[in-house]
Amino acid sequence: MNPEKFILVCNGAECRNPGAEEIYNNLRHECSIHNADDVQVIRTGCLGFCAHGPVVKTLPDETLYAGVTPEDAAEIVENHIINGKKVERLLYNKNESKQNVKVDNADFYQKQFRIVLRNCGIIDPENIEEYIARDGYAALEKVVFDMNPDDIIAELKSAGLRGRGGAGFPTWMKWNFTKQVESDEKFVVCNADEGDPGAYMDRGTLEGDPHSILEAMTIAGYCIGAKKGYIYIRAEYPLAIERLQKGMEDSRALGLLGDNILGSDFSFDIEIRLGAGAFVCGEETALIASIEGERGMPKPRPPFPSVKGVWGKPTLINNVETWANIPVIITRGGEWFSKIGTEDSRGTKVFALTGKIRNSGLVEVPMGTTLREIVYDIGGGIPGDKAFKAVQTGGPSGGVIPAEYLDTPIDYIHLKELGSIMGSGGMIIMDEDDCMVDVAKFYLGFSVDESCGKCSPCRIGGRTLYNILEKITTGNGELEDIEKLKTIGKAMQTASLCGLGQTAPNPILSTLKYFEDEYLAHIKNHRCPSKKCKELISFHILADKCVGCTICAKNCPVNVIDGAVREVHTIDQSGCIKCGKCFEVCKFNAVFIK
Amino acid sequence: MSLVELKINGEVVKVEKGTTILNAAKEINVNIPTLCHHADLEPWAACGMCIVKLENSSKTVRACATPVEEGMSIITHDPELHGVRKTVLELILSTHPNECLTCGRNQHCELQTIACEFGVREQPYEKRLRDLPIDKSTPSIVLEPEKCISCGRCVLVCQGLQNVWALEFLFRGENTRIAPAGDDVLNDSPCIKCGQCSAHCPVGAIYEKDETRKLLDAIQDKNLHVTVQVAPSVRVAIGEAFGLEPGTVVTGKLYAALRRLGIDAVFDTNFGADLTIMEEGTEFVQRLTEGAGVLPQITSCCPAWTDYMEKYYPDMIPNFSTAKSPMMMQGAMTKTYYAEKMGFEARQIYSAAIMPCTAKKYEITRDENMYSSGVQDVDVVLTTRELARLIKSSGIDFLNLPDEPADSPIGAYSGAGTIFGNTGGVMEAALRTAYNLVTGTELKDVEIHQVRGLDGIKEGVIDIDGTKVKVAVAHGMANVGAVLDKVRMAAEKGEDPPYHFIEVMACRGGCIAGGGQPYFTTDEVRQKRMEGIYKDDKMSEVRCSYQNPEIQILYKDFLGSPMSSKSHKLLHTTYTPRPLHRL
Repeated sequence: MNPEKFILVCNGAECRNPGAEEIYNNLRHECSIHNADDVQVIRTGCLGFCAHGPVVKTLPDETLYAGVTPEDAAEIVENHIINGKKVERLLYNKNESKQNVKVDNADFYQKQFRIVLRNCGIIDPENIEEYIARDGYAALEKVVFDMNPDDIIAELKSAGLRGRGGAGFPTWMKWNFTKQVESDEKFVVCNADEGDPGAYMDRGTLEGDPHSILEAMTIAGYCIGAKKGYIYIRAEYPLAIERLQKGMEDSRALGLLGDNILGSDFSFDIEIRLGAGAFVCGEETALIASIEGERGMPKPRPPFPSVKGVWGKPTLINNVETWANIPVIITRGGEWFSKIGTEDSRGTKVFALTGKIRNSGLVEVPMGTTLREIVYDIGGGIPGDKAFKAVQTGGPSGGVIPAEYLDTPIDYIHLKELGSIMGSGGMIIMDEDDCMVDVAKFYLGFSVDESCGKCSPCRIGGRTLYNILEKITTGNGELEDIEKLKTIGKAMQTASLCGLGQTAPNPILSTLKYFEDEYLAHIKNHRCPSKKCKELISFHILADKCVGCTICAKNCPVNVIDGAVREVHTIDQSGCIKCGKCFEVCKFNAVFIK
Repeated sequence: MSLVELKINGEVVKVEKGTTILNAAKEINVNIPTLCHHADLEPWAACGMCIVKLENSSKTVRACATPVEEGMSIITHDPELHGVRKTVLELILSTHPNECLTCGRNQHCELQTIACEFGVREQPYEKRLRDLPIDKSTPSIVLEPEKCISCGRCVLVCQGLQNVWALEFLFRGENTRIAPAGDDVLNDSPCIKCGQCSAHCPVGAIYEKDETRKLLDAIQDKNLHVTVQVAPSVRVAIGEAFGLEPGTVVTGKLYAALRRLGIDAVFDTNFGADLTIMEEGTEFVQRLTEGAGVLPQITSCCPAWTDYMEKYYPDMIPNFSTAKSPMMMQGAMTKTYYAEKMGFEARQIYSAAIMPCTAKKYEITRDENMYSSGVQDVDVVLTTRELARLIKSSGIDFLNLPDEPADSPIGAYSGAGTIFGNTGGVMEAALRTAYNLVTGTELKDVEIHQVRGLDGIKEGVIDIDGTKVKVAVAHGMANVGAVLDKVRMAAEKGEDPPYHFIEVMACRGGCIAGGGQPYFTTDEVRQKRMEGIYKDDKMSEVRCSYQNPEIQILYKDFLGSPMSSKSHKLLHTTYTPRPLHRL
């Protein structure tokens, strides 16, 4: 019996850990108890709605259940699937009114436009037939039988796709360079070394739709004349690796990968190379070194990989998200694609929306969507309705964008103008509680840890900058430190060898640009305006509010809160480690931070 | 080669395609600062000093690594670049001990020079030094990682030029440092002590082990008769330490300076080289004409090469000439033949050697064959750099010294002995004598140009009385593999060996560019030193080893004949496979 109803269980990371697998098993079990033969339960890739996971979606009626637990399976099957009565308490609705919201009408999805994530959350990523059913491998068939390499490049050119790894280099040019170089051997590489803190766009894509990457790489192999591809993926993504491997086996079995693809004389195969998690290996020359088994250190360019890449041969490297766009551009045409987005930046962009935001998750929007739309319409605003302070784009390589630029359309050129970058798509929202000096220190700390140590501006400059920030956030900053931050920052931008070092000062320089007053407050007044920097704050108990409930004293990990029951408590400042526990547990708002 | 036209600071320059911006700028006498680039090496682009601007672009590029393009317009110096470079320099200095006065590279340090030029007067950034142990494990080289600026030259030299793979980058970020893989000490690593790392290090992080005090103590000891020998290549390089052009032959002043230091007898390793030829040449002729031993015969004068062979090509041990190096032969003759003549016991003589080489410090104790006189045949080795310091600190006005001769009976040399300093020199010297040994006649033109020059691998065919002798010369350790693999492959296939005689020297250019020679060696300098050596050969009264009268007397009075049993005891050695990593 062909299934008529579907229950999709999101299997993204945020849903898997709290029990997606158990939910899936329970749903199947319940269906079998009820002999519901017309119902198919499917594990899908990330639905993107990560803040409200585990998420379950039913089709064809498009009901979205959020915060589902394994125990809810029986109720979903019995009430909804068998008796047609939706389980109201699990329906997602931000206003908490029990009104049903159709999935596509949910605020979270309404302004999204999914090209890269087209199959994520819809198909079973481990089932090649489901991919094929949604036009999968149609692009490969089209290029192998109906297009020559120049046609493919022309299509990419008219699409206007730019590399999604960060720098935004026109994709067609990269392909064309690699195609034009004469060589007995060429390689195609997928850069899946996603490493920005808080970013998981690529993982979502690889886990949710692995075939889109395999298909795209095969198309590139056909276009540039390569027979072999490598997927360089960090070993910390085991599920993505597993699904890619399964995908490769399945596509080989169907003649979509390997020798004589689709019966043609074109052969192409892919090998997975595991990275050890070094952020710098996302830089293409370091990535190539790592594939070759060398220490992951960037090399000067030229020669560019399109001339001298893996094993010294011309190599085409694209990032996961770039690859995921390719099959759609081929099937629907470059012209269709070019109508999405802005003049400068065509198509869509996937962001991992995290930080102080209600609907954290994976979102894909047309280029040109404003930050405000992402933060408030899609993201649902800041929890506790606190004030939006800034958004960090581009991870440790990017910068912060303050509230006054919320209406900036997101594309390559506008973000650059604001001192940030598109980057690979990390988007971290900060509210009034975030100290911008601390934020800069966090990102810089990441870059310092991930510096390969090859070039002196990055190796030494990064640590020197970090230590200056450390000085400032502990109240030991001096006014001349601001100048030093700018001087070293400029030297790093100008003289570092690779993108890591060149962009590492961006978080500092952009916070200095928009929030210099916060730096000055730390330095001149020894005060952290956001009350974040431990060395500059102290916890106190307000005598008129304290009722002597003792909860703070009981929770204090270092026992420095004194006071008898029903008497005003006091904190011994000399022993306080400023963990903030008392502030957190006090029900009477009696603890305040100075 | 096609030419590319570009502008540097507004001036039109035409250079060959593929030239880097750094080298193109040199053509118009514009010097772009760099701390990591070295003409011997592929650009590594680490230091960040050589950044230049491309006009009409917001980007800066590294001059060391960027090839010129037609129509490029480059700005190499402007106030902004000056500022960025100075910041980078100050950052480097913030992690460097800056203990210039007590540093081995004082006054020869590239970092010191640039800091001086940029007028760095203060330390604006937090000082962060790493308390890392000094590695003195080898007899040759000292590693002082705290001074390292991570320029990468030593690693590129060790892995690239020398194919030794003793040095590696360890750890990441600011903890990056160079050390043997696994953080072993150098002596337990594959290190062959060639010292090319020390010759290329821009600062004082890798240097020769200074043993000048040992020699001074011996001179002070009135119970010791102190002798010295001077290697061929020292005479064309040490003048650089006194402001002379590379390649200036200063043999006579060198002898005079050594006497002024208080040394009792001044000999010349060139005599030892002539002796080596007598032994090694005879050995070769025996292998070639009598089938006594396998072919190709491979030279064994270079201790770094010997060490490399024992580690990487132990299967080639039977191919190695058993002849000791000229230095060790000279040492053995000093403590036997010379001692006998002078009425000394071997232990009463202290024999020093002035060498272009750090591996020679290792060679003198490498195995029991180095004690053939009953005591250590050579007691101390000083590199050219150490001797130059010693001469200066002893108040000797080197340039105004008279030219003096060496002492008899082991001081005279032929032109063949002196060319040992150049790549191809051992081969050429050996062939001059082999020709005579086989034909009994004298070679008309003793110069064998096929084996000269800086090509990494040189091949040639020399006709000796109808026998076509196929030879190969490799220098720069990385070039050896291709030659030896050919030999291995032929052996595997059961074919005749592709060569009869192979000469190998570890350092590019041979001993004239050894790891202990004056700093700032480039191909230009190598060329000049090589010319100096060939000039010394041309000016020699005799140009073949067998014609050296003191050699003739030595055989007549003491050794008998080449390859005699006495020769075997004193002048020949053995080899043994050694592990790459000592556990």
